[in-house]
Amino acid sequence: MGTTGAQRLIKCLQDENVTTIYGYPGGAVLPIYDALLDSDIKHVLVRNEQAAVHMANGYARVTGNPGVCMATSGPGATNLVTGIATAYMDSVPVVIITGQVATSMVGTDAFQEVDITGITMPITKHNYLVKKADELPKVMKEAFHIARTGRPGPVLIDIPKDVAAALCSAKPLEQLDMRGYKPNYQGHPQQINRALALIKQAKRPVIYVGGGVINSGSTEELLELARRAHIPVTTTLMGLGSFPEDSELSLGMLGLHGTPVANYAVTEADLLIGLGVRFDDRVTSAVEKFAPKAKIIHLDIDPAEIGKNVSVDVPIVGDLRLVLTGMLEKLEEKKHPEWLERIKELRREHPLQYGNDSKLRPQYVMQKLGEITNNRAIVTTDVGQHQMWAAQFYRFARPRSFLTSGGLGTMGYGFPAAIGAQMADPDALVISVTGDGSFQMSMAELATAREQNLPIKVLLFNNSSLGLVRQLQHFYCDRRYTAVDFTGNPDFVNLARCYDAVGLKIETKDQVEPILTEAVNNGRLTIIEVIVDQRELVLPMVPNARGLDEMVQFPFGEEDDCE
Amino acid sequence: MKHTLAVLVENRPGVLTRIAGLFARRGYNIESLAVGHTEDPEISRITIVVDGDDRVIEQVTKQLHKLVEVIKLSDITQDQFVDRELVLVKVNADPNTRAEIMQIVDIFRARIVDIGRDSLIIEATGDSGKISAIETSLRPFGLREVVRTGKIAMVRGAKFKNGQG
Ligand SMILES: Cc1ncc(C[n+]2csc(CCOP(=O)(O)OP(=O)(O)O)c2C)c(N)n1
Repeated sequence: MGTTGAQRLIKCLQDENVTTIYGYPGGAVLPIYDALLDSDIKHVLVRNEQAAVHMANGYARVTGNPGVCMATSGPGATNLVTGIATAYMDSVPVVIITGQVATSMVGTDAFQEVDITGITMPITKHNYLVKKADELPKVMKEAFHIARTGRPGPVLIDIPKDVAAALCSAKPLEQLDMRGYKPNYQGHPQQINRALALIKQAKRPVIYVGGGVINSGSTEELLELARRAHIPVTTTLMGLGSFPEDSELSLGMLGLHGTPVANYAVTEADLLIGLGVRFDDRVTSAVEKFAPKAKIIHLDIDPAEIGKNVSVDVPIVGDLRLVLTGMLEKLEEKKHPEWLERIKELRREHPLQYGNDSKLRPQYVMQKLGEITNNRAIVTTDVGQHQMWAAQFYRFARPRSFLTSGGLGTMGYGFPAAIGAQMADPDALVISVTGDGSFQMSMAELATAREQNLPIKVLLFNNSSLGLVRQLQHFYCDRRYTAVDFTGNPDFVNLARCYDAVGLKIETKDQVEPILTEAVNNGRLTIIEVIVDQRELVLPMVPNARGLDEMVQFPFGEEDDCE
Repeated sequence: MKHTLAVLVENRPGVLTRIAGLFARRGYNIESLAVGHTEDPEISRITIVVDGDDRVIEQVTKQLHKLVEVIKLSDITQDQFVDRELVLVKVNADPNTRAEIMQIVDIFRARIVDIGRDSLIIEATGDSGKISAIETSLRPFGLREVVRTGKIAMVRGAKFKNGQG
């Protein structure tokens, strides 16, 4: 008896050190599931395929290695789409295996047929439809290589049922040769020198850091650059965790809901050093008002990001770690006492604030959570106000500890991502910060978490509302609130019990500390429901088409909003 | 401004979809596109004419470069190149106008490839200027159908070699 395509596929996964697959079976993947049974790869059965990609995403973001998920053809494959797009937008290495109808049926609108390679072309780094079992070793090797190198991203492999069942005689591939895929790792020495010269001249430099620093593992180099050239650092949502927020050089997050000090500093800067960032519109707001006084240095592994949204004075394409290491070799010590003094003044005059009274405030909860966990938990979020409060008030101390859907803004991401994260790092404290809207998009995965015995904490801010949309309506629709109120929410504490998890509730400020402490230490899957006023706003906020320094700051709108 | 891009790609199913899809989804306009394989049957050459300012062209080329199957991409707009298009024109031709049409065909060194009762099919190759001139000259007789290939182009002299240089 020879080796089937499915068996070879499993062997290839083992060769890539894959230990876990998140997935959901169906007819078209029967041969692969059958072969999986004879391996030591663990399969995690999810409740919806979208969650399988998010779990693989969470796993990948914590470990840096590709996460793997699998689904059947047709509806299985289409259920993956949002998860794939989420991974694509955030440059997360995920390998997705889908079953396909037999090759003889492809193109006939057969039962459960869908052109998933066609559908996912714009949201994968690359994808394959495997036509012959003998192609599998090469395709698998390429797929993992493409997913994890260069700018990471999702790669999908669509495997017709007969291909998985057919005999495969091709040997595992030793060497890869892809003439069209050769990421550029080494930065151009001349550009590096030009960057160094700009850094030397700068009086008010700011470093602006994105997810690329975390992907490339260059947080140490970043720290050294900031320290030696004495430059304050602001991070994007995706960059949180790359720079310790307790440093005097940390400005926190910039952009739409960034800290005032970061937004003012970028506006006043005479040099902006973008590291692994893409000048996203949530960061720049009105591009023509972004960093108006600054020369811009932009380092990124993806040449297409450079000059895409803003024009750049010194572009450097390369692996951040290699480029920064090269820069550090020649970088002289510098001090910017006046600039740092100005930063201190901005921070003093415009602190990140929220209602500091006896009321239960979500910002306070996030801050307390930071204290109780020493800011070292792995925090995942969904999308909404809670996401921004987490980004603003949890002071991330280490890379790969903040998992959020930055690029696509996918509700339903956080909880499954927490499952992947907890499986990647079983000893870590994993907290999924969520809203009542987002959580209801993936709470079926409570069963998966329970099945896998994961002690994840779900910190659920319940404002009986789609808070962030409500906030948009507050600012842009003259407070005409529509389609944002939930009246039929479940009792989340009881819901936890249904899944044999712990359910806790925080209704007053003085409950915050004891209940969070209890939850963090109970070693069990736990939902902590926090009751939040619907009128709570995420501030600061940069209104549409404004510059970063034109943000709306606390206190605004809240008190006069008592309908 | 119009740019001519010469793109060498792996000769595999789906590559053209990827390239065309990329243009569509990023809102770039393809003026013309011609594909065929090269002296190496594993490699196809796509000639794309795209209209846009420098920023657009820069993004187009960078984004195309990211496709795993794209082996090499050159913007040959500024180079000395030979370019050709092929056109087939079906033009009204009754006994009174036939001679005149044949004269025009001669002048442009085109060919008549089919004769119908009241029409002719004319084949011509040349750069876009010549092709347009033929079209203009024949228009007064009544064009029934015009089919143009996209443009193909080759840089003069210096070699444009697969996968290198
Ligand atoms: C899948 C998806 N659908 C819709 C949206 C639009 N959206 C952004 S934030 C938001 C509200 C989120 O509400 P909730 O999860 O309760 O969080 P809150 O803002 O109340 O903290 C919505 C609907 C989205 N981001 N993702």
